[in-house]
Amino acid sequence: MADILRVNPIDCSGHGVCAELLPELVTLDEWGYPIVDPRPLPPALDRDARRAVAACPALALKLLRS
Amino acid sequence: MTMTLNDPAAGGAARQAASGLPRLLPLVPGVPEDLRAHLARYGRPPYGRPLIDAVRAAGLTGRGGAAFPVHRKLAAVAAARGRKVIVANGAESEPASGKDAVLLRAAPHLVLDGLQLAAEATGATEAHLYLHQGHHPELQRALAERATARLDRLPITLTQAPPRFLAGQETALVSRLGGGPARPTFQPPRVSDRGLGGAPTLVQNVETLAHLALIARYGPRWFRALGTEDEPGSMLVTLHQASHRSQVIEIEIGAPLGSLLDPNAQAQAVLIGGFHGTWLPLPGAAALTLDNQALTAHGAALGAGVIAALPADRCGLAEAARVARYLAAESAGQCGPCLNGLPRIAAALAELAGRGHRKQTRADVERWSGLVTGRGACHHPDGSVRFVRSALTTFAPEISLHARGQCASTNRAPFLPVPGGMPESEDDWT
Repeated sequence: MADILRVNPIDCSGHGVCAELLPELVTLDEWGYPIVDPRPLPPALDRDARRAVAACPALALKLLRS
Repeated sequence: MTMTLNDPAAGGAARQAASGLPRLLPLVPGVPEDLRAHLARYGRPPYGRPLIDAVRAAGLTGRGGAAFPVHRKLAAVAAARGRKVIVANGAESEPASGKDAVLLRAAPHLVLDGLQLAAEATGATEAHLYLHQGHHPELQRALAERATARLDRLPITLTQAPPRFLAGQETALVSRLGGGPARPTFQPPRVSDRGLGGAPTLVQNVETLAHLALIARYGPRWFRALGTEDEPGSMLVTLHQASHRSQVIEIEIGAPLGSLLDPNAQAQAVLIGGFHGTWLPLPGAAALTLDNQALTAHGAALGAGVIAALPADRCGLAEAARVARYLAAESAGQCGPCLNGLPRIAAALAELAGRGHRKQTRADVERWSGLVTGRGACHHPDGSVRFVRSALTTFAPEISLHARGQCASTNRAPFLPVPGGMPESEDDWT
């Protein structure tokens, strides 16, 4: 069962750290808020995804069981 | 007690009246049914029957807007253990909708029967009724009548909803009942898993509960005598005619839209589903039937049953721009894309509704619409964008006219009921 990356848009304040650490899955919109790839997390990006989750200053980025 | 849920003879005289329309609204239009009239028409709430099975067989869907199968929510909460909460949601917050207000005034006992019966079926240990200001005195009166007649098994707590568009949203409701602001919260967890105070919470629209109270009495076969195979039953509709007459009526799901519209009033377009709904051009849309299966093909849905026919002498762009401004102001302001996107979309719509817009404005609306969709904690951005996009399509000829400094309308008076005053402060969410 793969994880999916999700952002809690209420907690997110658009720091953009996730897009820097995980550009493969996260881009920023024109206001600086993350657009997250909704597909299951590729295993190769598992470590980077966990690092991005841990680094989010707003604790808004989450890995959820799909 | 020998009658079964499927026995159409159950209910006696009440069934006579309940076999056709109206099912929920008073038999004498406009005359509210007090407990005596209610009991004469429907009898006492039938406790102790397998309600969840009946609701499943009846195919009842939620009447608050999302049309979710009711039995699934019932079953999810019934399966949980310990403290469980049930909430009747009467905080109808769509300015163009009046059906829950009419129902609460006309048939409060049907709603309260439904709340008690659903509480019994799910094993709820706590029951709430969530309402806008103004309904409290009449509901308190109804509850007092019921206490005297010993109809209720669970005491009901009344809580007032703030006058905000999102106040009735399910997670906002749970937050408000918990003493917080009536703002949406992030899911998961779903409220049916972890809602009020962490307890599994069943939230049902008041009209849904009224239908449920009738299914408990007359059974699924009776319920399915109206409506379509996939969407059985009747529904309340708030109908705004192009003739400016507005009324709440009860219709069979699947009724042709054209059969509701005033043939003597010239209408250019119809808004189906309210401020989160969809504009469709008339007369073409008049041939559609009012069920989600038919409407989905046209990008529309019944929502909470608002239908508004825009008079031919109005400017659809101006109407859409007013609504978009309201929707932007009613954002809870919690999610970046909604907070940033809706005001820009609203401003662009105001520009399109003016004279001679900039060339990139339409493309801007399209891009921002894509950016906000699916990125909120609730569906406010998605619903708002559905409304805006359908306006741009339906009123495309008007956009071309406005670009050349013209407008086809001859009447500038606002048509749709958009609240005039904007929220007074950031803090009026409680």
